[in-house]
Amino acid sequence: MRKYWVHTVLIICFFSISCSKDDTTNPVVEKYVPTPLALKIPNLFEQKLIAPVIPTGNPQTLEGVALGKKLFYDTILSGDNTMACANCHAPEKAFTDNSQFSTGIDGNQGTRNSMPLFNLAWNFDERFAWDGKELSLERQALEPVQNPIEMHANWDDVVVKLKSNSDYPELFNKAFGDNTVITKELVSRALAQFERTLISGNSRFDKYLLGEITLTAEELNGFNVFMDEERGDCFHCHGDNNNPLWTDNVFHNNGLDETFTDLGLGAVSGDTNDYGKFKSPSIRNLAYTAPYMHDGRFNTLEEVINHYSEGLKRSETIDPLMKKIDQGGVGLSDQDKSDLKAFLLSLSDPSFLTNPDFIN
Amino acid sequence: MRKTTALLLLFIITLISCSEDEDDKVIVKVQATLNFVHDWDGTPVTAEDMESTDYVTENGDDVNIGPRFRYLISDVTFTNSTGEAIMFDGHNLINVADGINLSYTPEIQLPAGEYKVSFTYGLKTEDNTDGAYADLNSASFGVPPSMGGGYHYMQLDGKYRVNGSPSAGFNYHNIRAVDPNMPDGPPTFPDQPTFINVELGIVSINANTAIEVKMNVAQWFKGPNVWDLSVHNQMLMGNSAAQKLMNENGQNVFSLGAVTQ
Repeated sequence: MRKYWVHTVLIICFFSISCSKDDTTNPVVEKYVPTPLALKIPNLFEQKLIAPVIPTGNPQTLEGVALGKKLFYDTILSGDNTMACANCHAPEKAFTDNSQFSTGIDGNQGTRNSMPLFNLAWNFDERFAWDGKELSLERQALEPVQNPIEMHANWDDVVVKLKSNSDYPELFNKAFGDNTVITKELVSRALAQFERTLISGNSRFDKYLLGEITLTAEELNGFNVFMDEERGDCFHCHGDNNNPLWTDNVFHNNGLDETFTDLGLGAVSGDTNDYGKFKSPSIRNLAYTAPYMHDGRFNTLEEVINHYSEGLKRSETIDPLMKKIDQGGVGLSDQDKSDLKAFLLSLSDPSFLTNPDFIN
Repeated sequence: MRKTTALLLLFIITLISCSEDEDDKVIVKVQATLNFVHDWDGTPVTAEDMESTDYVTENGDDVNIGPRFRYLISDVTFTNSTGEAIMFDGHNLINVADGINLSYTPEIQLPAGEYKVSFTYGLKTEDNTDGAYADLNSASFGVPPSMGGGYHYMQLDGKYRVNGSPSAGFNYHNIRAVDPNMPDGPPTFPDQPTFINVELGIVSINANTAIEVKMNVAQWFKGPNVWDLSVHNQMLMGNSAAQKLMNENGQNVFSLGAVTQ
């Protein structure tokens, strides 16, 4: 009887052992993995917003961001090695410039104002540029390099320059793994990683919302004008105290023109209902980002406020949120205009301009 | 040999006896998906053509819808014949203009059976907490603090023309009504809430089921209050009386459509 028991137990043990995995014969060669790098998300963003958009195919890494930063400030991406991304997106100007239209390497100018760069990871629809033509940050980064009125380079030439550079091959290896073949797509991925780190959320108004400071009476009234449907009614397009992006990242015709020389989103979508629509920019950092509007037509915040107060122009696609078009707008009082400006400036974040993680 | 066989049989029986016995009572669990469709007295309202289509209100105003048309529903509830209610504590922001979230599956498993299906249009007052929902904050769907905060129930924007006049914008924005002429203190609210309990009717949910929820957009402008856009067009959020009229018109905008399993 004991013999049968022993046999049975041995059989079970044999099958059990034979099923276990043999991990000793083939040692695994560890693959190099860049160091993951989390975004530094401000408290208010963490509390109020859904998670930022980070593509699974381009995770944030220490080495990728460092490479992206170096590329962003390097003139090697331009056709004649004279212009970097930072020329039109300067950190001291909240990553735009103060020209109505930026000038490319050949002295040519476009028709759009350079957009400031911050909080781009929270552009949930991932439509970038004034007209929404770029469908991800990675794709956006490809365009200015080859645009003939901007950096006017040939991507094949840029890749050759990067490959023959003494630093870049090793930096690409560190960012994307050993034996990386440098491509324009990897350049754009590195640039996008860096751009996603450009986060601005430390203005006076942020501190007010966090209970750290008080605002002036003028700033508070300006906030009320901004949030009042019968006065500014700015919040429907530019966010509110619970949306720290201060933009809806959506495209609107805000009544600038009766007829359009620039179709904006309409030229991209082909939909006549989109003619004259441009992305609502964030109203953060307005102290540094003049001139304003997609074509930089307004040099001052006073001009911007006057436009919404008295300067609206009717067109087929004007946004229904624009009020009292027959009178040119809602007609704010001088006090409300002044206070609204004070509030808008309270959303500027000087620490963003000098953050050592962002500047060269 | 016979003893070996007996031992092996005993071993196998022991193994089998360890498995859970689920045969006694099998409860089939199913899910329901709400599919939201929109029309104007029978003419489909879709993202593709709402801005280009001319609709006529009960008052005779010519209307185009867009570029914004989105609304919020919450607390989808399934109540069985014994009165037991299974509610999903969540919300769905339906963006008609962009064709987003038109289909919504509450994350609950239901025992197969017949249910009265209902939901809240908007948010119940106790759920309408300012800044509480990251998805709605991110969608810029909030209501200013001076109006009590919380969230819109609906943003229905468009353009209208009266007697051939140039088009003008309207913002049929529905929120929790707030008392007019507030002093500087915290806002106060009328007793009558402006969210709506929508009851679709009895639905057999015996397998995973798609339930069509129809909204007749024209009804917002129809009855019991015939909507005159030359009177009520913009800046309606702080207009408590207008909010109550919207609420009355909203009582019958939703209906049950096709049910498929």
